[in-house]
Amino acid sequence: MAVQSTTTDDGWPIEGSIYLLVCVFGALLWAVATAASRDPLFQFQGYIFTAAFVVGGFALLMGLSDGRFKPKPDQYMDGVIKAGVIATLFWGAVGMLVGVVLAAQLSFPRIFYFPDFGFLNFGRLRPLHTSAVIFAFGGNALIATSFYVVQRTCRARLFGEVTPWFVFWGYNLFIVLAGSGYLIGITQSQEYAEPEWVCDLWLAIVWVTYLVVFLGTLWKRKEPHIYVANWFYLSFIVTIAILHVVNNLAVPVNFLNHRSYSVWSGVESALVQWWYGHNAVGFFLTAGFLGMMYYFMPKRAERPIYSYRLSIIHFWALIFIYIWAGPHHLHYTALPQWTQTLGMTFSIMLWMPSWGGMINGLMTLSGAWDKLRTDPVIRMLVVSLAFYGMSTFEGPVMSIRVVNALSHYTDWTIGHVHSGALGWVGFMTLGSIYCIVPWLWRKERLYSNTLVEWHFWIATTGILLYITAMWVAGIMEGLMWREYTPQGFLAYSFAETVSARHVENVVRLVGGGMYLSGVLIMIYNVWRTIRSPQLAIAAQPAPAALPAAATA
Amino acid sequence: MALFSWASHGKLERHSLLLLIGIIIVVAIGGLVEVVPLFYLQNTIEPVTGMRPYTPLELEGRDIYIREGCYLCHSQMIRSLKDDVERYGHYSLAAESMYDHPFQWGSERQGPDLARVGGKYSDGWHRDHLIDPRSVVPESVMPPYRFLAETDLDYRDIEDKLRAMQTVGVPYTNDMIAHAEDDLRAQDDPYASVKGLKSRYGSKVVNRNFGGDPDRITEMDALIAYLQMLGTLVDFSTYHPQDPNNQR
Repeated sequence: MAVQSTTTDDGWPIEGSIYLLVCVFGALLWAVATAASRDPLFQFQGYIFTAAFVVGGFALLMGLSDGRFKPKPDQYMDGVIKAGVIATLFWGAVGMLVGVVLAAQLSFPRIFYFPDFGFLNFGRLRPLHTSAVIFAFGGNALIATSFYVVQRTCRARLFGEVTPWFVFWGYNLFIVLAGSGYLIGITQSQEYAEPEWVCDLWLAIVWVTYLVVFLGTLWKRKEPHIYVANWFYLSFIVTIAILHVVNNLAVPVNFLNHRSYSVWSGVESALVQWWYGHNAVGFFLTAGFLGMMYYFMPKRAERPIYSYRLSIIHFWALIFIYIWAGPHHLHYTALPQWTQTLGMTFSIMLWMPSWGGMINGLMTLSGAWDKLRTDPVIRMLVVSLAFYGMSTFEGPVMSIRVVNALSHYTDWTIGHVHSGALGWVGFMTLGSIYCIVPWLWRKERLYSNTLVEWHFWIATTGILLYITAMWVAGIMEGLMWREYTPQGFLAYSFAETVSARHVENVVRLVGGGMYLSGVLIMIYNVWRTIRSPQLAIAAQPAPAALPAAATA
Repeated sequence: MALFSWASHGKLERHSLLLLIGIIIVVAIGGLVEVVPLFYLQNTIEPVTGMRPYTPLELEGRDIYIREGCYLCHSQMIRSLKDDVERYGHYSLAAESMYDHPFQWGSERQGPDLARVGGKYSDGWHRDHLIDPRSVVPESVMPPYRFLAETDLDYRDIEDKLRAMQTVGVPYTNDMIAHAEDDLRAQDDPYASVKGLKSRYGSKVVNRNFGGDPDRITEMDALIAYLQMLGTLVDFSTYHPQDPNNQR
């Protein structure tokens, strides 16, 4: 377990040497595979892999000879977290920009499509948008904050010296491979699991390493109890590993071809995919971010978690019930009805543990509600929880069969997803980053609270425009599809339901653009904060105190 | 006797492996109960006549459909709702996607459902529509796909594709795999001999020049061949929805 403290005679950590071997071996393997393949898409990814291993190997070699990976057991490992924060903001801006482009394409198709540039078509950009926002923005935020939280709440340095960096760079290599892959046409068509088998294998390796770093740090802890935030992070990491592997089981066309065929087909494929898809929401976008909430909310408010018992109940109830909810994506389809009903039932039950988390977070502010007025970061975290409560109420409503008959296939679903993604996930991430940046870079405060105010109000207005536009568009579209003339004919052609949504599409474009502007303001603010003069106390602070409820 | 005391949870909080195992058990239950029975219950997929594996040309077309992300805006799942059925045709059966690895049911309709688009429009309409959607549907928000007509279909790996499909359970015969390239070329050529193709994939398989350029096999040919067979396989004259075997 103590890999990081084991060194060879000349002072090189064995851990570093292992990764150096991985880089050399990986570069050679990929150079050969790229040369041998006759599939241009496979070769494209091969070039990226080869370059990444070569660059990674050289960077590691330089770091090792500089002694940069010498074990420092008395200090927290913050470098990788800083990198994660920067990556989060970068990918957030990229992913949201692509989203704005997509909204523009649906609003003004005659202007924003280019017949000569097929890789910019909606179908190729859409997975880039969802993956960039969920996995690049959200994923980097989760990895960075989990590394921060697990060290502070365990009072232990991260497990390994090179391994956490491997997790960070490996994960971002996956993002680059997946994102560029969509543009050139590599996808297996499973939503939110589009990357093909090569990428999937790479992510599996990185993810298991992430689990090892997280568990390894828990094992090194000096606190007797594992803090509640870490339960959520752990359940997120483990469950995503299971979901990823099962949903992506596939047989490659051949080992030098990018394409593979899923082992699941038809009905089974649909259920496995939405078991995955809904729990990507449940564990990636909910459990992980609840972990974030359970650390940053009490820390920022300087109040203990409201209820220890509520956190136990809603943790186990949430992870148990979420898994069942997937079939509500498949109402009235060829999926057997007992499965649909089971999925719907558990989706409605899910409302309670979801609100358990919201209540525990909001009530943590008891006695500190005045901070809403003075601290825009607290306000962002609170509004994030409010959106969490709103969308976890809307979700169960939409999972009811008769409601779903109207809402399914419409823009209502898109609106629902975005109230969760922009409101809950986005604001929780951005609020936590506003907290963590001065702490990590040892600044007294953010560069400008006024800019946070601007960010908050522009982004909140943007979300509201976005989701109200999608409510109107979705419900209108659903009603138009099922409207009959007095003579008993369908009242509208499909094309009429498309043109009817033009105004709403434009409103969405404006709302999304506002949310993106907020993030750009934030990037400027964070950049100025990082460049501002450091606090006088440059030394590593003593291990931070736990939020009080941890050992209750 | 109290079955549960708050203090007993402390054990999970002090032992990360217990917590880990607890999490795995709790998240495994729902998936096992819902997903596993589908593979064993006889009535998950109804018996129908007419289903066959995709021809090599259709399979390549399906790969282009996936590559371009068509499934993101077009569903292939007609729900058992009155307006869905009247707009798109008979509701989709489980059997109709039994050879889809993975399924293409979709989750969103920026465009109409395509589960039964096969035969609804002419090849020429599809060609015009794919090259410039707004030339035939002014309200459309669909991207243009002119490049499909300009790109030769790369089918060098078609045998491997059929073999991979065979591995995951699609009933491709070794005969089909061995003749994959011939069958692909024959289906796009109205003057080719299609005896072999029809003996392997059934007499309903059509061969004609789908993409409009008789001198080459383009990605447009493959995609239109795929679109034109969607939803046309099952013989609904032999399917009785009220039969107890078809209720689920």
